[in-house]
Amino acid sequence: MSPKSFQTASFIGVSAVGVAAMFLMPVLLDSFSLLQCTLFIAVAILAVSQAFLWGYVGILSFGQSAFFGLGGYAYAVGVINLGDSTGAIALSIIIPAAFAALLGYFMFYGRISDAYVGVITLTVTTILYALSNSTSGSQYRIGQAELGGFNGIPAIAPFNLPGQPDQWLDEAGTWYVSMGALLLVYILLRGLLATWFGRVIIAIRENETRAMLVGYDVRFYKLIAFAISGGIAGLGGCIYAAWGSFINPSVFALSMSAQAIVSVLVGGVGSLIGPILGAVLIQALINESGTQALIDPSLGLGIILVVFVVFVPQGLLPSISALARRLNPKRSTEQSAAGAALETTP
Amino acid sequence: MTLVPLIDAEHITMRFGGVTAVRDVNFTLQESELRCLIGPNGAGKSTFFKILTGQLHPTEGRVAFRGTDTTRAEPHEIARLGVGIKTQVPNVFDGLTVFENVLVAAQRKQTGPTARRTVSEVLERLRLTAIANRIVGQLAHGQRQWVEIATVLSQDPDLILLDEPAAGMNHDEVRRTAELIREINRTQAVIVVEHDMAFIRMIAKTVTVFSQGSVLVEGDVDTVLSDQRVRDVYLGRSAA
Repeated sequence: MSPKSFQTASFIGVSAVGVAAMFLMPVLLDSFSLLQCTLFIAVAILAVSQAFLWGYVGILSFGQSAFFGLGGYAYAVGVINLGDSTGAIALSIIIPAAFAALLGYFMFYGRISDAYVGVITLTVTTILYALSNSTSGSQYRIGQAELGGFNGIPAIAPFNLPGQPDQWLDEAGTWYVSMGALLLVYILLRGLLATWFGRVIIAIRENETRAMLVGYDVRFYKLIAFAISGGIAGLGGCIYAAWGSFINPSVFALSMSAQAIVSVLVGGVGSLIGPILGAVLIQALINESGTQALIDPSLGLGIILVVFVVFVPQGLLPSISALARRLNPKRSTEQSAAGAALETTP
Repeated sequence: MTLVPLIDAEHITMRFGGVTAVRDVNFTLQESELRCLIGPNGAGKSTFFKILTGQLHPTEGRVAFRGTDTTRAEPHEIARLGVGIKTQVPNVFDGLTVFENVLVAAQRKQTGPTARRTVSEVLERLRLTAIANRIVGQLAHGQRQWVEIATVLSQDPDLILLDEPAAGMNHDEVRRTAELIREINRTQAVIVVEHDMAFIRMIAKTVTVFSQGSVLVEGDVDTVLSDQRVRDVYLGRSAA
């Protein structure tokens, strides 16, 4: 099988498993477990936004939680004011994407180095965390939505059928929307990466100077990719807010950004499916660690990070692919792990 | 009617802190001309290339491409005007295949199947078809240079800058490179930076000699290479 047809096959395979999971989970799981899985989807979408930006554009953002949080707050404020989740979901994508575009404009057109992109995104997240914490009091409101400072916004309405605000979705309905959103994000990103635009951003990751010298405005492509990533993280935040019917400033916390980074590291940089699985794994561990008092969850996250950096530096999925290649050397000669580049890893 | 030169650089000076890498250089290149830039290491040739391609903006002076001021232009803008460069150290997309490297360049001007056809033609022309699916990072230095030249040729630029194209190549490859440069020059202007004098003699008509950031002498190849000052510069004596 040629590398290209293998990629197509794995893409179709992954999508099929996703669709199957979408329809089977509500049948197989009880309501509580299904709710847990919806939370996994929210953090998985956050991880995908990080995976796309880091693995395919080469930008390491330490502030994906800024967009995740903005998406969550945008949904909350939107649904309270509009009374319908449809427009609020759109807002939860548009507002973080626009904010990312603005931030990206200053970062990329300001020609700051990659290290400073990390510093700035980290700082912006911290600022948003402090800002959202200091919005207690009835004067801090957007329309009918009180931001609530440290206490956040309670009683956020769940998703409803489009145009029918009274028809709230139950746990299964919320699951379908969330899993469908993750599938759609995955399929759209894979599609995007297969177009000329995808080739250019991957080329930028490989060698920014060469990309410029063949005539691409690197700043513009990074800006677009950053905005796309911001919008995706926002969608994750939206699902998170709808899942818990609640949002507070903890979504902007550094631990949220760290969770996204660790998920990508665990799943594998340069892959989309790996970080989705990584996010589920990490969130499951965090949930589990909440039931015991022996190890603090953040400490646990740190230990996982160190273990992976030392023992599985490529992440789970690329390591498994590499192992499979070693067992089946026929298709190893032409596409190496380095060539996770254009389209090897699903 | 006066002919607008392809490149017209006037009084170019480039300072890095207290170091002047290029000093008051005037340089003109006509359409379809082939020019060699020679000079010892640190003479300012590569810096001058970076100024021509927008990677550096000169401290003083003005550069124009076909009359369009490009002094402060960005590298991608200059590339879009029709300037391609092969840099000194192979500057390629290491994680991509040979085909993908060239496709990324070709797709800027062409779409879909047309771009792919161009890539196949360029790879055939440079005898890279057999390694089209290899990851470039795994290739030898010489092959990576050819891949870089292929990305440049796929865009069919009006001016091609080649920084040390023969470096690290064996005798046969050097000969092929010289042939290729003469062939390219039938339709496009070329500036070549090179140290290898035998190679210069194979291709050059007009030579510009850089020394300590300035143009020392410029003229036809035989005159320049027999110039005592040029010999002195290459043997490390004072250029005075």
